[in-house]
Amino acid sequence: MARGMGDRTEALEAAASQRILLLDGAMGTMIQQHELGEDDYRGSRFADWGQPLKGDNDLLILTQPEIIGAIHRAYLDAGADILETNTFNATSISQADYGLSDLAYELNREGARIAREAADAKTAETPDRPRFVAGALGPTNRTASISPDVEDAGARNVTFEDLRVAYAEAARGLIDGGSDILLVETVFDTLNAKAALFAIDELFEDLGATLPVMISGTITDLSGRTLSGQTTGAFWHSVRHAKPFAVGLNCALGAAELRAHVAELARIADTRVSAYPNAGLPNAFGGYDETPDQTAAHLGEWAQSGIVNMVGGCCGTTPDHIRAIAEAIEGMPPREIPEKPRRLRLSGLEAFELVQ
Amino acid sequence: MIGNFINIGERTNVAGSAKFRKLILAGDFEAALAIARDQVENGAQIIDVNMDEGMLDGLEAMVRFLNLIAGEPDIARVPVMIDSSKWSVIEAGLRCVQGKAIVNSISLKEGDAEFLRQARLVRRYGAAVVVMAFDEQGQAETADRKFEICARAYRLLTEEAGIAPEDIIFDPNIFAVATGIEEHDDYARAFIEATRRIRAELPHAHVSGGVSNVSFSFRGNDTVREAMHSCFLYHAIAAGMDMGIVNAGQITVYDDIPEELRERVEDVLLNRRPDATDRLLEIAERYRGGGAQARTIDLSWRETPVRDRLVHALVHGIDQYVEADTEEARAAADRPLAVIEGPLMDGMNVVGDLFGSGKMFLPQVVKSARVMKKAVAYLLPFIEAERTSDVPEAKGRILTATVKGDVHDIGKNIVGVVLQCNNYEVIDLGVMVPAERILETARKEAVDIIGLSGLITPSLEEMCHVAREMKRQNFSLPLLIGGATTSKVHTAVKIAPGYDGAVVHVTDASRAVGVVSNLLSEVEAEGYAAGIRADYDRIRQNRAGGDATRKRIPLAAARANKPIIEWADYRPVKPARPGLTVLPQYDLAELTTRIDWQPFFNAWDLHGAFPTILDDPKVGETARSLYADAQAMLQRIIGERWIEARGIVGLWPANSVGDDDIVVFADEDRSTVLATIHTLRQQMAWDRGKPNLALADFVAPFETGTPDYVGGFTVTAGLGVDDIAKEFEAAHDDYSAIMLKALADRLAEAFAERLHERVRKEFWGTSPDEDLDNRALIAESYAGIRPAPGYPACPDHTEKRALFDLLGVEQALGVTLTESFAMWPAASVSGYYIAHPDARYFGLGRIGRDQVEDYARRKAMTVAEAERWLAPSLGYVPGAEEETANAA
Repeated sequence: MARGMGDRTEALEAAASQRILLLDGAMGTMIQQHELGEDDYRGSRFADWGQPLKGDNDLLILTQPEIIGAIHRAYLDAGADILETNTFNATSISQADYGLSDLAYELNREGARIAREAADAKTAETPDRPRFVAGALGPTNRTASISPDVEDAGARNVTFEDLRVAYAEAARGLIDGGSDILLVETVFDTLNAKAALFAIDELFEDLGATLPVMISGTITDLSGRTLSGQTTGAFWHSVRHAKPFAVGLNCALGAAELRAHVAELARIADTRVSAYPNAGLPNAFGGYDETPDQTAAHLGEWAQSGIVNMVGGCCGTTPDHIRAIAEAIEGMPPREIPEKPRRLRLSGLEAFELVQ
Repeated sequence: MIGNFINIGERTNVAGSAKFRKLILAGDFEAALAIARDQVENGAQIIDVNMDEGMLDGLEAMVRFLNLIAGEPDIARVPVMIDSSKWSVIEAGLRCVQGKAIVNSISLKEGDAEFLRQARLVRRYGAAVVVMAFDEQGQAETADRKFEICARAYRLLTEEAGIAPEDIIFDPNIFAVATGIEEHDDYARAFIEATRRIRAELPHAHVSGGVSNVSFSFRGNDTVREAMHSCFLYHAIAAGMDMGIVNAGQITVYDDIPEELRERVEDVLLNRRPDATDRLLEIAERYRGGGAQARTIDLSWRETPVRDRLVHALVHGIDQYVEADTEEARAAADRPLAVIEGPLMDGMNVVGDLFGSGKMFLPQVVKSARVMKKAVAYLLPFIEAERTSDVPEAKGRILTATVKGDVHDIGKNIVGVVLQCNNYEVIDLGVMVPAERILETARKEAVDIIGLSGLITPSLEEMCHVAREMKRQNFSLPLLIGGATTSKVHTAVKIAPGYDGAVVHVTDASRAVGVVSNLLSEVEAEGYAAGIRADYDRIRQNRAGGDATRKRIPLAAARANKPIIEWADYRPVKPARPGLTVLPQYDLAELTTRIDWQPFFNAWDLHGAFPTILDDPKVGETARSLYADAQAMLQRIIGERWIEARGIVGLWPANSVGDDDIVVFADEDRSTVLATIHTLRQQMAWDRGKPNLALADFVAPFETGTPDYVGGFTVTAGLGVDDIAKEFEAAHDDYSAIMLKALADRLAEAFAERLHERVRKEFWGTSPDEDLDNRALIAESYAGIRPAPGYPACPDHTEKRALFDLLGVEQALGVTLTESFAMWPAASVSGYYIAHPDARYFGLGRIGRDQVEDYARRKAMTVAEAERWLAPSLGYVPGAEEETANAA
């Protein structure tokens, strides 16, 4: 285990109690700006790999570590408190597309290490304001609740067990590389997330220690539900058992569309609430048009309304967005965590609460 | 009594449903899914899935079925209870559900280690858990053993396995009683007793059980079984049982159980006497399958001729068989119309007679109407297919409308239903209906009577306008006036003089039929109308006299007699959260506990204090049934998110200026004025020493330099109500539509009360340590007030505009104001917060022309405009000399 882990958890909790913590922005958007080619993705280590590797952004951790490090630094310079590792697809399940499943542990460990170095260097400049690393566990490219076969609604192309094993390996890498937080993010299918949380809980038991866990779901469209059909409230009831450091929403929607769902989480969640929306909805070319000022105006209003503890950006956001958000939330107090009465709370696709 | 009991759907259980078992064994998962869907559509809030069957690979079937359910949003909506005696099947199920499920069940039968292993996995999978009262020695039979095992499990779960206590559901074993074996006699009582102790001593844990076991000895005698289930639930729920598996078809209404049977069943269940089983057996045969006495409420009526069945269904408000019965009656009749004119009318006449003689009450009548409407809706296509133009001859045609600017329609809708029940045709124009449309429709449809409804005071003025228009357009139809702010006096003094036809104030819905039948009776009409007219003339005269005796003092004198408050000694509390706080999607469940039920019963013409009304010898039964329906609908409102509650609070620096106004400042500089609240002052001439109050008196005057504050709020529980109510109406279910609106009103009021509490404790913090129960809150035994524009202390509805602008209500909540300043949706409440401990509610009473002129100047209105909005509060007749009016 990394030394000082307990101290950093304490520092994180202290920081979160004082201010709204700022997450970083998009990694993919920044990588795109480098216009990397197949050879860049391969580097020397995978020059002879038998499948195309262009597009495997997580692999850049090993083949272009200086680019990833520079992006992390740019976000830190913009004011981010928390870096997300470049490990969104670094599970054995997602890497299977490139034949690189065996690299999962290494990708996660190195991804965390690069972010750790950047964060530590920045912390050394301003020791009174420590920076943190959130080890990202993405949704994988498969869903445990949804059938891939239109003919058979009961079919599945991944099981809870597969996911549990893959997430355990990735999480172990993230911890060994020095993550301060484990971030189960962009949850399209809550059953995938529950497998990740199950694996993390087992891992903590093995290690005899815990890290703060953040969970961030994704409302996929204006129906207000996750891809697997849950409402925000049902999603929260499904993951609350993990006692997360924060629960939140990210991706798919811009701030304007996401606000109501963040407000709902803020109302029901008796833990911190995080939110990192996209820079608006995608335009006709799949790009994002929202300017830093526009994004910051939304998030500033969220901060003003007291519905968030942590904010940042997802697809389409840049260090300029993060800088503008930093200004917009400057000096605003974090949302107060409400105490909720103890009630039996269950969920299917919708939330259930037994009211006495 | 009803409490919040969660009934778990059990038809997707191979042990509980033979049909489901057959389908699963045959591999027909499609049809099995249909059972699950049906169950959810019929209101199951949780579905139990059990595949424990010797002929089946239970694990595979569980996985397959849960995966299929996941693809069916209509089913997957609700949580699943994964039910198996095999841990491996449970675990396989847990790996299939994205929601938070319930594991059913684990127990201590194999000792602590295995129990804890499973419990920790339950936690890790994120589920709640049912724990059987079962340990190494076997299933617990006595109350003590049941409780001890549960207490031991509770400790292990909460202290060692990390399971939250609210996620624990105990099943303390329901076993059969009256088996003839003496040791079994105490089983039901033991369950109830254990339940009581679990709920008292193991905080937050729940109690569940499978109820049908208890009556196993009476297999084949459904009447006795149903009575046993109902009595058992009655006592177990009272003891705290809050979940269970109950087949809704296997229970009866507790109060419908014949006294004799109930007593003997309860003797058995509660083990009250050694010969209890024998005594129940003695009478059991008499109740077997259709003993007339026992079956009156039950299904024996299904065996009577179809006419009698229809009458029975109408009188008892039972709608589940009505289409089949109507079809049967139609097939037997020579014309579909004959069904309406025959059995349906017969039934409604019985309803009308019972209602008229005070043996049925409003909620029951509205339920009867639901049955009638469904029957008529069924027949209509047949009547139309006959291509004859004759429709059943109604006794008369009544137009009803809520007047322009007003949105409140519960009372009007009830009147409409009651009239329809009595064979009047009702043309309901809805809410916010302008006078022109009312009169145009009245003429075009050749109606016999017009009925106007309204709740807010500006509607009184609008009703006067409609009356004057009726005169101008030469109408002579009777005009009915109803609604909360209307009164006989106002109708007599202000509305009736404007119109030459009969004008009648209808105090409540139950009176409507009598009034209408009198007005339309060829024999009675003239005499009746003359009687009303004479009555109203008398009221007008008395009132003129009464007015003369009540003196008013000039505004200046009233201001000089304002209450004395020592501002130098007063330290206003600075709001903890100044500015605006928006509360979107407020927790409805939290509000249900705050409901003041009495006005709910009043809305249904059931008058009496809550909760004693539930035990009232006359209306208690109706009240209980209404209350049970209300509770069930509340569960659906919350569970299915029918409505959304939103609120907004604003707290600002403020001071009073120039005696009667309150200025609201942008910030502590107190230099930028956001808005001015104009208040009105009492002008009655008190006999001795009582002050003449205005709300501004309770806010520190600017010149005192005391940094005072005021607040404003708006809450709504009406978003979504209209759509669902319309769905009910389209399904001919006015009962549910009216119920929903009445509940939304109650939730809005509960929200206002709750929000005020939070303002005092939290947002403003004037009494952070206040600790009052709901009764004390309803009685307003706290410091500070929340007067609402339009109500007695500040009756001018136009002040709502400034309040809405201050709060940004339209944008933040989606609540809007009509031209009469009624809030839309109707289930909304707004007002001010004033914190001074001396602040109190008062009635403005009538005011003089001097104050109206002063007020008009302050508000930059013309005097005529001010007179219009303040009409109900004027102490003079506009345009006339004030003293003349008083002296007349």
